[in-house]
This record gives sequence, C-alpha cells and structure tokens, in this order.
Amino acid sequence: MQNENLVQISFFNQLMLVHPRKKQNERSEASVQVSEYFVNAEGTGDKVNLSDLLGTVEKTSGASNKTKKQLRNLQSSKETLELPLNKQQTEKIQRGIAYEKTTAEVSCWKNIILQNQKAEQMVFPLNQESSGPKRVEQVVAGWKVQTPLEQEIFRLLHGSRQPVNDPVLTPVEEQSLKAMSLEEAKIRRAELQKARALQSYYEAKAKREKKIKSKKYHKVQNKAKRKDFLKQFDEMVKTNPEGALEELKKMELSRMEERMSLKHQNSGKWAKSKAIMAKYDDSARKAMQEQLQMNKDLTQKMVVPSDDEHESIEEGLETVPDFVNDPETVIDPVNPWMRGQLTHEEPEVSCVTAEEVQTAEEENEEEEIIGEFERKRKLRQADEEDLIPTEEEHVVEVSDKEEEEDEEEDVSEFNTLFRLMRSEKTREGSNQTRGGLNTAGEEDEEGLLSEGQIRVRSIEDLEVLDEVVEPRAIEEPSAPQTAAAEATSEPPHKKKREINLKEVLTKEAKAVRLPFLPTVVDEEERDEQISIIKEAFAGDDVISDFIKDKSRQEAAGRPAVVDLTLPGWGEWGGVGLKPPRWKRKRFRIKTAPPPPRQDQKLPDVIISEKRTASVASHQVSQLPFPFQNTAQFESSIRTPIGSTWNTQTVVKNMTKPKVVTKLGAIIEPMVKEDFIKSKTTSAGGKGAAIMLGENRRAKEGTKRSKKREKMTTARSNS
Amino acid sequence: MKVKVLCRNPDDYVRETTRDIQRVPRNYDPTLHPFEVPREYTRALNATKLERVFAKPFVASLDGHRDGISCITKHAKSLSTIISGACDGEVKVWNLPRQECLRTVQAHEGFVRGICSRFCGTSFFTVGDDKTIKQWNWEAPGYGVREEPINTILGKAVFTGIDHHQREGTFVTCGQTVDIWDEQRSSPIRSFSWGVDSFSCVRYNPVETELLASCASDRSVVLYDTRESAPLRKVIMQLRSNTLCWNPMEAYYFTCANEDYNLYTYDIRHLDVPVTVHMDHVSAVLDVDYSPTGREFVSASFDKTIRIFPKDKGHSREVYHTKRMQHVICVRWSADNKYVLSGSDEMNIRLWKANASEKLGLLSAREKAATHYNKKLIEKFQHHPQVRRIARHRHLPGDILKQKRELREMREARRRKEQNVRKHSKPGSVPLLTEKEKHVVAVVE
Repeated sequence: MQNENLVQISFFNQLMLVHPRKKQNERSEASVQVSEYFVNAEGTGDKVNLSDLLGTVEKTSGASNKTKKQLRNLQSSKETLELPLNKQQTEKIQRGIAYEKTTAEVSCWKNIILQNQKAEQMVFPLNQESSGPKRVEQVVAGWKVQTPLEQEIFRLLHGSRQPVNDPVLTPVEEQSLKAMSLEEAKIRRAELQKARALQSYYEAKAKREKKIKSKKYHKVQNKAKRKDFLKQFDEMVKTNPEGALEELKKMELSRMEERMSLKHQNSGKWAKSKAIMAKYDDSARKAMQEQLQMNKDLTQKMVVPSDDEHESIEEGLETVPDFVNDPETVIDPVNPWMRGQLTHEEPEVSCVTAEEVQTAEEENEEEEIIGEFERKRKLRQADEEDLIPTEEEHVVEVSDKEEEEDEEEDVSEFNTLFRLMRSEKTREGSNQTRGGLNTAGEEDEEGLLSEGQIRVRSIEDLEVLDEVVEPRAIEEPSAPQTAAAEATSEPPHKKKREINLKEVLTKEAKAVRLPFLPTVVDEEERDEQISIIKEAFAGDDVISDFIKDKSRQEAAGRPAVVDLTLPGWGEWGGVGLKPPRWKRKRFRIKTAPPPPRQDQKLPDVIISEKRTASVASHQVSQLPFPFQNTAQFESSIRTPIGSTWNTQTVVKNMTKPKVVTKLGAIIEPMVKEDFIKSKTTSAGGKGAAIMLGENRRAKEGTKRSKKREKMTTARSNS
Repeated sequence: MKVKVLCRNPDDYVRETTRDIQRVPRNYDPTLHPFEVPREYTRALNATKLERVFAKPFVASLDGHRDGISCITKHAKSLSTIISGACDGEVKVWNLPRQECLRTVQAHEGFVRGICSRFCGTSFFTVGDDKTIKQWNWEAPGYGVREEPINTILGKAVFTGIDHHQREGTFVTCGQTVDIWDEQRSSPIRSFSWGVDSFSCVRYNPVETELLASCASDRSVVLYDTRESAPLRKVIMQLRSNTLCWNPMEAYYFTCANEDYNLYTYDIRHLDVPVTVHMDHVSAVLDVDYSPTGREFVSASFDKTIRIFPKDKGHSREVYHTKRMQHVICVRWSADNKYVLSGSDEMNIRLWKANASEKLGLLSAREKAATHYNKKLIEKFQHHPQVRRIARHRHLPGDILKQKRELREMREARRRKEQNVRKHSKPGSVPLLTEKEKHVVAVVE
C-alpha cells in the first residue's frame, strides 16, 4: 500500500512541478465564458479521472521513464487491498495498549507506597514546610526593605555595588539542588554531617595523641609506624619499583643525616645526666643503651629485618593479661544469701556422706539444739502466718494443699502465667503444626469484632462480659498441652543424672532465703545476723518438709495402675482367693508414664503443672500471626514500654503513634509532582530543565550563526 | 574548630505550670521495679476497658432536610463546611461546628444525584434527575436576591454522578455514558461508552489525576484514562457495585462497595483478583469513602450501619449505628481524619468520631503521652484473650445480629454443599476457589 501511495505522490509531484529549466508553453484557448481568474475549458464540471491523467503521462516527455514503468506495473497488477480490522478489534487493541501504558505509569508509585506502608510514623498533611533552618539566600530574598533607615543602608550598599544578594551557589548548583528530592537532600546532608563528624573525631584524636607525654607511648607508636612503613615498602618493591626507589633514597638521606648528627650518640645533655646516674640506676643505663641502639638502627644500611622478631618483642612489651581488666568477683564469705547463690551449701553437700559417719556426740548436741528450737518454733507458729515469703527468683508454688493468700496470689498468678508461657517454648513444634491447620479459621477470628447485644456503659459491664465468655476461653487450650506433653516426653530420659540432689540434700543444709537485693551489712552485724538466721531456721525442718512435699506431689502425679480384674470370672471365687497371674497380667492396665516433671532437676523448686483456670483465661493459647516462634512473641511482651522502666526519650520513641495528624489541617491527597520526578511532567522542578535545554539550544544557535558569519566572511574574502 | 556544647531541652526538666508536680529524677534500676510484664498487662487491661467505656462516637445530628439524603460532599478548602443533597432536589450547605444550615437551595426537580466541589472551593456542581448540571457559587447571594446557578447545562439523559478534577477545570459525569466536560463548554469534550449500560458512579483518581473509574449497571467496574481515546479495562463481578473510591495516598488501589454485602479493594494493575475482600455488612453496601490518610475507609450500608475498615483487613474495626438511623445512603470521611459524616434515609446527617474513644480538642502534652502509651499497650497485649475480648466487643441491634447469624449459616451450608459436590465428582473437576476468586466473573480487555 505504501509503495502505491508513494508512486502516486511522486507522480503528482511530477505533474505539478514546474520544471525550472524548460520554458513553459503559453496556453491560449478560445472560450465562450471568460473569467478574469481562471481559464475555462470545454469539459467544465466534468470530473477528471486518474486514468485520464495517466493516459497522458505516457506521451509527456517530462516524466521520467522510471515513473512510467512504475505506473504501468501498477495498472497491470490485479491485487485488491487488505480490509482494515473491524472496529471491535481495533478498539480492543487500543484499549490493551492504553492499559499497559497506564499500568506502567502507575507502577512508579510502588516504591513510595511500600515505603509509606513500612514507615514507623507518618505525619499528615504530607509535605509540610520543614521547620529546620533555611538558607541565607532564601531568607534574604523573602525580606523587604521597610523603614527609611533600612532604605538608606540599602541605597548605600547598592551604590557601592556590594554583592548583597549574590547567591552563594551558582545557578547550576541551584538547579541541581532543586532537582534533588527532599529525601536525597536529607541523605546528603546526613552524609556530610557524618563526614564532618568523622573529621572532627580524627582531628581530636590526633590532637589528643599529640598531647600524650609518655615517651614510651610515642616510642611504641613510632615503632609501629616504622614497621608499617617497612611492610608497605616491601609491597612497593613488588608493585611500584620506582616509588620504592624514591623511598629508598629518602631512607638513605635520613641515614646520612643520622650519621652526620650526634643525635643518638649519647653526647647530649640528657645523655650526660643519665651517664652520671647510670652507675646506680639500671633504667638509666637501659635508656642510654636504647639510644645507642637507635643510632645503630638508623645508620644501618637498609636491610629488611624479619617481622616475627619484632612482633615477639612488641607482644612482650604490650600485652597485659586479660584478667587484669576483669571485674573482681565479690563472693561474700559471710553472707551467702546476699548473692542469691547457694555458695555455702556446696561444701556441705559434698561432705554429707562423711557427716553420716560422724560421731554420735555431734548429733546429740544437735538434737538438743533442735529440741530447743522446736519449742520456740511451736510458740512462734501462731505468728508465722504474718510472714510473707520474699523469694522472687525461686518461686516455690505449693498449690494443692495451701490456699494462697490474696496478695501472694497476685504475684504468683503472673509468675505462673509467664512460666507456663516459657514451658510452651518446648511445645513449639507441636504448636506450629497445629497452627498450620488452624490459621485459616483463626485468622478470620482475629479480625472479627465480637458483636453482641450487650452494651458497655461502665467497667462493671465489662466484668459481666467477662463472665459470659470465660468458659470457652478456658476449654480451648487444654488440648495442646497434652499433645505437647507427649511430644516432650522422650528426650529427657536419655540424659544421665550425675548427682541426685534430692538424696544428697538433707536437713543440715542452710535454709534458702534469698532477698533480691544485695544489702550492705556492717562488719559487726554480720555475725549477729548469721546467728539470727541460724536461730530462725535451725529448728525448722524446712527442707525435709519441702522434699516430702515434693515427693508427695510427684507420687500424686504418677498414674495409678487400673485394676479391671473381676474375681470369680472363669474360676472359683471366695474369701482369700487371689485372682490368678494371667488374669492380673491381662486386666491390670498400666498407663503410660507422664512426661518428666519440669522441676525434676531442680531440687529446691516445685513447679505445679496443673492448669489453673484463673491463669489460663489470661494466657495466649496460640502463637499470634506475625510472630514466627514463641521466643519472638515472648520477647515482644517482655520489653516494658512504660515510663516506670524506661527513660523519657525511650518511652517517647516506643510509644510513637503510627499516624500523626495536625489538628484542623486538611490532608490533601498526594501530588504526583512532589513525589515522582518523571521525564514527562511539566510543572514545578521541570521548568529548570526545560530552561536549560532552551539555553543550550540558544547557545548552539548563536554558535551556528557565528560559524555562518565566518563562512560568509571567508567567501567574501576569496 | 567545632565547639561542642551541652544542650538540654527545657521540656525535659521544666514544669508545664507551677501547679504541676515536680519532676523527680528517677532510678531506672530494673531490680527496683519488678514485675514489669504483669504490671503492664494490668495497665493494658485497664486501658482497654477505659477505651471501651469512653467509646462514644456519636457527635451530632444535622436535621433539616425534608427527604432522604442522597449525597454529601466536603468543601475543598474548609473543614467546617459540607453540602448535602436530598431526594427532593434540595441542596443544603451546613456549618459543622455550629451544627446549623447556612443555606438552602432548591437545585433540581427530583433527586439530587451528585454533588462535587470545585478544587479551589469557590463553586460546586450538582446533577439531578432533571437532566441538568448546575454550577453554584459557594457564597450565598445577598439578601433578597434569588438563588440562581452560575451555569446550567441541559444534558440528553439523566446524570447519576459527578466528580471534579483535582487541579484542572474539568469534571466528569456519568449516566448513560461517562462524559468529560470542560467548565467553559456546554457540551462534553469527550464521552466514553463501552457497550450499552448505565453508570451509577464515577470518580477521578486523586493522585493520578487523569485516571477515572466508574461503576456500571452491567456489574462491571470500568477504568478510563482521559488522555486515551478508549476505556482501559473492565472487571465484571457477580453483583453490581454501587460506588467506588480511590485511595488518596496509594495511587493504584480503589475500593468498591458491592451489592453482595462486601467491599472489594482492587489493584488496577491486577484486576483479575481483588486484593482484599472486606466483609461484615449484612446488606448491600451503598457508599464508601477513604480516610484522607489512606489507611482506612468507611462504608455505609442498607443494613443501617456504618463500618470502618482498615484498608488491608478483611473485617471491620468499628461499627456505628443508632436506633433512629435508617438505611445509610452516603458517607464521607472529613478531611482532617477526625470525623465521619453519614447521610441516611430518615433525613438526618450524622457526625461521628472516626476514633470512637478519642478525646476531642487540644490535649496537653501529658495527656497526649498517656493516650499514646495506652494505645501502645493495647497494641502490645492485643493477642491476650482478655484484652482482645474487651477490645473487640461491640453492641449490635438484635435484627442485625440475627441477620448476621443467618448469613453465617448460609455461608456454612454453601461451603458444605460445595465440599460434598467436590467429594462426589471427578477429582479436579470442581476447583477449589478462594474467597477472593469467587466474586470476579471476568476481566474484559
């Protein structure tokens, strides 16, 4: 098609062209109607067909042979043109192209949107004027002369043509600054700041080092430098022999200087004074020798010494054993309770077996003392209830037989809560598999509002709400625990217990009372205190009680054998008859042993593994969505954010709201020009670029015109 | 040389007023402040409870219309002014802080179908059932002067919606076609149609200002670009979308309110599957509007409730209702991100707080810090059952609750049936569709 068009066009061109070389024939025709504007021919009003024109072409001599040939070909070909696509299809194609274009354009927002979604804090309205300091020029440009005095000053200034408003930056820099987005500018500023800070640090360090008076320090430094230099030199020999040669020359020069001078020859004032002392003072002698050594070193011809020698010397000089810096571990010999460690018990534990063999006398004495305190204890027992145990690190929860006092409950409730949470750590595996199944359903639950017909008007209503929903909350989590128990039952059996502490611990051990804080005790008070503590707990059989208690709980936890034997079935029954062995074997069912207790290895702790409903309702039963494991979740909970535990700035940072809006300000939607610098946008910062382009063009124009001028002048000259 | 000086912010050690308590330097030794987690937990629980107790979202009701409200628009430059159009053709301009009507105009005969404000805030446009587009001045005429529109354009068909360009003097209307008008001309400079349908809503993208989207009655949402000669693409859903709204901060997301009780957020680059399906309403969703921060949106429904959804969550975070509020037809989020306006069938415009328990007005620094801390605490312990239970509890009227239950049962039954069908048919012949995939019928290029 295009070819045909071309042919036609060229043909018309040739028709229309008035050949400059050939003379135009004058046409004069006779006509009935004569118009002053145009010539009327015979067939006025008839349409001229292309074929008519083509027919004449053959005869005209003006048309080239080539066109004539093309025309002939055209006439002979019988092919029809292809039909254009139908409207629907063209529209579809157009739509497709337009859609692609738009999506590509829109995708440029991707980064910004992602960035905003991830941002810790968004401040709306966006693009507020920065409160930071402005550049001097900006301030000056905005300021106008107002008072007569100012006017006068300005007149004077302008009269002398001082550069008042001279921009510090060149226009190009200005434009480049404008072209930089806010983010980039911020990043650049930060970089500059960092560089400046580094420089200042470096300067400060150099200054500080310069000020150090210790000669030894400088000596060591110099030595290190020299060593470095030598190393570099070695490398240089390989890589840059010319540079190395120069360095060698320099060294040679210094050697020569050294040889010329008396600097290290023990001839100076200092050396003389040392020489006097050298007889008595070992160090003075050494110093002098060192100086001489220095001289030797310097005057020696350049031979590179082996590195390891130097190193060994330096290490000998510099290294200080590490333990010097370690803080002293203070172990209070008198008061073991202060540190929360059972330091005092250990020796006793080790010699328990020996004590068993000890003489009866001692025991008798002890028994007497115990007897005394037994009486005292009975007297005291009435008052004992007032005592509140202060243990915090080792929470001893004896839950089944004692009913907790109210105040204790508060504490232990939360402790068990988080202890159980810790225990969940071990169940991770089982939990995760469960979680995988549940997520789909639970996810939905997560987002749902629990809508009901209860109106909340006061806090009491919330409590009521509490009771209504509670039972379900308790029921849910019980299942995973048992599952988890099965999962964890295997591994601990494999480990061997080295010492059975339960057997080793006896009543002679000191009572474990661990105040949380190390308290300061005067020297005199110590003995007294020890005696008081001894007196208070000597008679108390706390530990054996405790052990008994624990064993009882363990026994209760062990599964009992279920006996399903029915006497008289299949044999004779009667008094005194035992069921036969096969029957016992078959019908007495042993259940699987429970998983090992958590406190199995902890001799001084009883961990109750019972689920308490009051705690369970506060516990998180499943790992919430964004967290990948329990440890993550726990750590997120563990860090406090309140001002009770953190400094103000930290609190401020941690409690930063995600979205900040300004009161009474209209939040406009994003404006494309502010965020995205594309090549096509016309407003704002783009103006500068266009201006630049124009300038360039204008410059080029002038260049060209100059060239032309030159050409013309050259021509005229020739 | 760099001079380093000690610099302290007086806020850190100076009291705000002389009556204020003295600042005491504190010892942050953790051993002195034990039980941090349990203590924070109780604090979080208390904060949650207080949040629910103080959740009183309803602020005011503007009454004065004599028919159901059909549309509301915010002033482009003033926070305190809104306009509302009613089903009897009346347009009212309201002052929000004084809660009074400033001006009443009988703009159209029949419904006022759409109102939009010009970006500069000098005039506004209304379209109505009488096939006219009218431009009105924001300034009320002087005493004794008749209310007359600046401009009236008589169209060929009924206009059902109108929206104005963000920065230029062009606006778009929809009816039988989507028309783009120049303010200076009385005939559209361009009109788009793609098949024969009627459109219910058209909206300009506030960020990519040349993009348009419209809801058509053939259950489709159509995208346009004013620079192109043809529409871009359309997505056909199972039921009709009533309105849509673009996210003002994220250029390629829009949310449409559908007749099937759900809202769908789409990414225009991938129209075949919605990004999120927002479900909670129990009847057709009639209107939707994004918060100016682009983080949340509010939806109005035929079930007489308003719900607020986070933009990427499938379920609502808040539901508002009153005994007297009937079918909510239109809803808008105020430009300062603080309030939500709803217009309903029973002739009232209601003003709600966007954050139900937020304290209004200026807060002192300490109040602010406390609210931030409480919010963070609730966020931190949000997974704990007690906190979650209290934070998520909402009161709902009985009939809606009943409907909700019914819906859930229906959904369950449908799911069960589908499972059974799958079980008893050739494996692979009944594909497993996700909730997102279910609602899109086709994407037409």
